[in-house]
Parts: sequence; structure tokens; C-alpha cells
Amino acid sequence: MGDSNTLLNVAGLTVWFQADGERSWAVNGASFSVGRGETVCIVGESGCGKTVSALSIMGLVKTPPGRIAAGKIMFEGKNLLSLNDAEMQQIRGRRIAMVFQEPLASLNPVFTIGDQISEAITVHEKLAPEALRARVLELLRAVGIPSPDERLGSYPHQLSGGQRQRVMIAMALACEPDLIIADEPTTALDVTIQAQILNLLKSIKEDRGLSLLYITHDLGVVASIADRVYVMYAGCVVEQGEVGDVFLEPRHPYTKGLLASLPDRARRGMPLTGIPGYVPGRFGRPVGCPFEPRCSEAEKECHIEFPQFLDWGKGHMARCPVLYSREKRR
Amino acid sequence: MKTPKSHQRQISAEEPNAIAAKRRRSSWILFKQNKIALTGFIIFLVFFAVAVLGLFLTSGDDPVLDPSLVRLQEKLKPPLSSPNPDALAPREIPSMKIYLFGTDDLGRDVLARMLQGAWVSLTVGFVAVGIAVIVGIILGGLAGYFGSYRVSAAHLAIFCLIAGGAGISYWHPFWGLAMGSCAAVLILITVSAGRKRGQEGKPFWVNLIGIKTFSIDTLIMRLVDIMLCFPSFFLILTVVALLPASIYNIMAVIGLTSWMGTTRFVRAEFLSLREQDFVIAARALGLGFARIIFRHMMPNALAPVLVSTTIGIASAILTEAGLSFLGFGVPPPYATWGNILSDGKRFIFDAPWLTFIPGLAILIVVLSFNLFGEGIKDALNPRLKERG
Repeated sequence: MGDSNTLLNVAGLTVWFQADGERSWAVNGASFSVGRGETVCIVGESGCGKTVSALSIMGLVKTPPGRIAAGKIMFEGKNLLSLNDAEMQQIRGRRIAMVFQEPLASLNPVFTIGDQISEAITVHEKLAPEALRARVLELLRAVGIPSPDERLGSYPHQLSGGQRQRVMIAMALACEPDLIIADEPTTALDVTIQAQILNLLKSIKEDRGLSLLYITHDLGVVASIADRVYVMYAGCVVEQGEVGDVFLEPRHPYTKGLLASLPDRARRGMPLTGIPGYVPGRFGRPVGCPFEPRCSEAEKECHIEFPQFLDWGKGHMARCPVLYSREKRR
Repeated sequence: MKTPKSHQRQISAEEPNAIAAKRRRSSWILFKQNKIALTGFIIFLVFFAVAVLGLFLTSGDDPVLDPSLVRLQEKLKPPLSSPNPDALAPREIPSMKIYLFGTDDLGRDVLARMLQGAWVSLTVGFVAVGIAVIVGIILGGLAGYFGSYRVSAAHLAIFCLIAGGAGISYWHPFWGLAMGSCAAVLILITVSAGRKRGQEGKPFWVNLIGIKTFSIDTLIMRLVDIMLCFPSFFLILTVVALLPASIYNIMAVIGLTSWMGTTRFVRAEFLSLREQDFVIAARALGLGFARIIFRHMMPNALAPVLVSTTIGIASAILTEAGLSFLGFGVPPPYATWGNILSDGKRFIFDAPWLTFIPGLAILIVVLSFNLFGEGIKDALNPRLKERG
């Protein structure tokens, strides 16, 4: 996927955190890519390294205790990991913007939203006050805030949760970035607002032709927004492909488990199925497939090896020892 | 955010978080309930007005109340006594036709001297605390934000050489200059080492000066501990004895020996603010660290600083009065409350007003500042608000 249509290509990203002399591997050789104008979802349970991957792209992993040990993050042919801080500041906000999970916590409580959006613009561009104000109003209108003139002077706590997230999106759009990374932007919102925000992101993406890397644990969101999806588990990508393929024909047992745990109208009244167990404690690096301890289809070799991706065409790939050995035997 | 949002705008006004919208107003209400603090605040305002008024009344070529006019024939007059017009030249008669606070051993009007001293106390308090707060915010902000970032040996050495050189050059310009040039050489070495760092097989010395030593947090907070270990009043006494006596030196010295509390407050606030999402969000927007520290984090960290500021002003006024009392303060004939008190102590049995009036003034002002500070602390404390 090294063609010119690829905007962001993360290859073999490995991030660990040092805690009490032990290393915990948050991201373990994850690879994914985002094409121009594409919406890509990364999906997985809590603690699978989704957010750390996103922060690595932005260069916001705290070092120490964190450390990006290996991998490449190629953005338009440049390796972001080799840039220094000043060069990275030119990328952040201007080329890649990020929308965070908690809109209230992500807005500074002591400034009005007008100030904060203006700042997002003036960091990278010098504008005259009137032009700046016009731009802020235009942004607020674009994200569907009612009566933006009055809202300019509002403080974050005076807005509702959905409006706050709209403001965050306006700030992300401020410098017309090529890529927006949205880290569970709708998790803190209720379902109706969630749908509004998703529609907003979708329409913005289409209007402005930007790419969206959407991180979530909500499969419903993935189905409604994504072009392609990466399923992450314990810091590794275990399955990837176009949304239709992955949802209709899940290959990896983890993806199957995730999809099976969705509530289904056909099984109304029956208890929900879940995946037994928890995401493994992140200390130490598993040798075999990280999902092996919880996997219902695990076999002996799963404990030993974690093979490369198997390709089913159209970029639908999964990384599972059982499938791999089955394929080999054939 | 948990409330159902059928109609967004309407509900946003009633949202539980809208309580925070009233934060400022409710702080004021809470503050007003505290009668003692309110009294302190009012006294503070009166003191401010008096000091500004005093500056206008006692300065200029022909002041309304002349604090330095000596009338030996009218010395040690008790408060509220009227001047004897026969014994005085026309221009010596006080404009108010009464010695409201009496006169001192040289026949100077104590009221005029008190007014002049009020301005001194006010400026000493504000300027000294201003210096302390600025130093404290910068150091505390750096310590809190950069925290565990470790300084390399070379940078530490450069800093020590520059700081030491600047200090030494006061007495021995030659050695100061020598240390400064050492620092310059080290900077050049570090820069060239920085270029070599990316290359393979870097020489030994590049590794040596790149050794990580202490964290910024350790350096700054241990400096705070060291400064707190000094009995600061005696440190001030020593420094004031070395420096020429002037009101500006006193302000600077008081300020530079009282920044430690603010530093600790700001650092503590920053340690918790640093982990907040909006700081990460600000970085994600591409903001530089200076802007994040001073524009985004600082306004969120100022509440405890404000409290320590009001109490700091009181203690600065007290320190200045103490220094003046001991004769190290503002040089005569300039009047301060401290030196009025110190001059008056020789006549404490004959003219007790010379000690009691400035003493009471210091007591009232310092007490009012302290009460005011306590009141702000309670009003800004969210836990008390919930209880009320």
C-alpha cells in the first residue's frame, strides 16, 4: 500500500511504557494505513492500544514513561518519528488534527470557545481580527452550532455535551488538516447526539475531502461510518479489511467474538454472548497469538507462533495461527 | 451531560454543569457570608485608598501635609492637639489646623508621616509579592510541566557557569568573565555534539556531556527546599546590610526570599493539570510549551496563588516594618510605619502615640490582609461550596 493514494502508513509500530522497572507493551507491531479521502476505523476493547497508536501518530506519547521502540509512521512520505519537536508542531493541528473523547475535559474551562477556536487558527496562520472572527463563525456554522454569534462568548461548561464535541471538531477543522484522528469522539455522548456527531463527521469528511482515522470500541459506529476497519487486540492488528467483508465474514476468532457479543433482535430475551476473560495484563510480551488464552478455537500451536496475515483478497486479512495452519495444510 | 437532550439549547441552561456557570457569582456570595473576611476586604480597600491619597497629599514641592517639616517648638504634642499659631511661621502651620495623630520628637506631623508610610507599605507589599509571584509562577510552572525531564550534564554545567559567573562578577569581574567564556565554549561544544549525535560511532565525549543528570523538578524543588531552610529574615538582614539602603533593594530582597510558597503551589497545581485532556488537546493543536504553560495552564492554577498572594502582601509589609524598625529599612527622612515605630520607641512613656499609632496601623492592615486571604481561600474552595 505504498502508492501515492496513501496518506498515512503506520508500519510495525511498537510502543512500550516503563512502570516500576517493567515494560508494558501497549502497541506491539501494529500496522495500518489511511488513504486519501478514506475513513478508517480502529476497533477493539479498552486497553488494546488504540489510543496509544493515535497519540504516537501525533507525537504525543509521553516519554518517559512511554517510548516508541520500533516502527515507522509515514505521513505523505515523511517519517513523523524522525521529525524534531518544532517540525512536529507544524504537523500537529495543521496537517493532522485530533478530536478527543471527553469534550469537556479537552476544552480549557477558563476560555470562551471563540478564543479557543481562534487560537487553533492563529497558531498556524496570522489573520486580521475581522477575518479571524469570520473564520471562527464559519467554522461554528460548519459544525452546526445554532446562533454562532452568541456562542462565541460561551464558556465550555455553558454548552451541552454534543455542542462541546462540535466545538472540538471545529477546532480540529480550523487549519483544514488532511487527516483527522477521532479518538472515541462519541463515547461520552448519548445515542441521539452520537448519531448527529457521526453524521457531522461524515458530511465534513465528504465536503472537505479529508481522511478520517476513527478509533472506537463501538461496532455499530464502525458499520455506519467506516470504509475499512482494523481490529486491534493487545497492541496487534488481528484482522483488517473493508467493512462489509469483515462484518459479513469475520475470520479471526476475536472479530467473531466481538460481532457475536452485539445485541441482536433475532435473539431477543436471550442472554448476551461475551468473550470470556479480559484483555491480558500488558506486562511482558506474549509469544504466540495474544488472543490465545481467551480464544474458543485455540489449538496447541497458538501458544507458540503468531503468523503473518492471511489474505482473502480485497485487503481482507487476518492473523490467526489456526487459520494459517489450516491454509498451509490445504 | 447525562440529561436527555430533546431541546438542546433550553436544556443546556439547566444542565447540572451550569452550576459551574455560577461559580464566580457563588464565590462572591460565599465570600460575602464570611463577615470577618468581608471586613478584611473593606479595610484593604480603605488602606488602598488612604495610601494613594497619602501619596498625593504628602508629595510634591508644596504638599498639603508635609511629612518632613520640622517644628522643634511643637515637639511631642499629643494627638488631637491644635498647633500654637504664635510660635509658628505661617507656612509651618499644618493645613488641617490640628495634629490629628500628634507630633514626634522633631515636631513633625505624625499623620503626614503615616500617610507617606502607607504608600511605602503598599508598594513594598505589592512589588515584593509581585516579584515573588512572578518567580514562583515561572519556576513552579517549569517544575510542574517538565517534571521528570532530565537535564543533560552539559546543560547543567552551562547553567551553573552562567549563574555563578554572574554572581562572582559583582566582586571579581575577571573571574566572572572567565566563567562566562567557559560557558560559551561549552555551548559551542554542545551544539557540535548535537550534530554528531545522529551519527554512528560517536566519540566518547559526546556521550559524556549527554549524560542525563537531575530532573528539572528535582533541581527546582530542591532549590526551594534550600531557600526555605534559611531563616529568611536574617538572610534579608544580611543582604540589606550588604546592599545600599534603598526602598527598591528592600522590595527586591523581600520578593526574592518569599517566592518558595508560590512555586510549590503552582507546581502542585500543574502536576494535576498536566494530565488533563485539554493540555494534550492544546498540544495536538500544535501549540508550543510556553503558550501551553502560560496561557492555558496558568489561569487554571491561579486560585491558590491568589490566596498566598494576599497573605504574602501582609507578611511583606510586616517584614519591611521589621527591617525599618531595626534600622535596615528605608533610609530617613523617608517615613515608613516601621521607622516611625522605631523612632518613637525612645519616647514610649512620654509619647506613647508615636509607637501605638504605627503599631496599630500595621496590626490592622496585616490582620485585614490575612482575613481577606482566608476568606478568598474558603470562597474558592469547591468542597465548602457544596456543603453550603
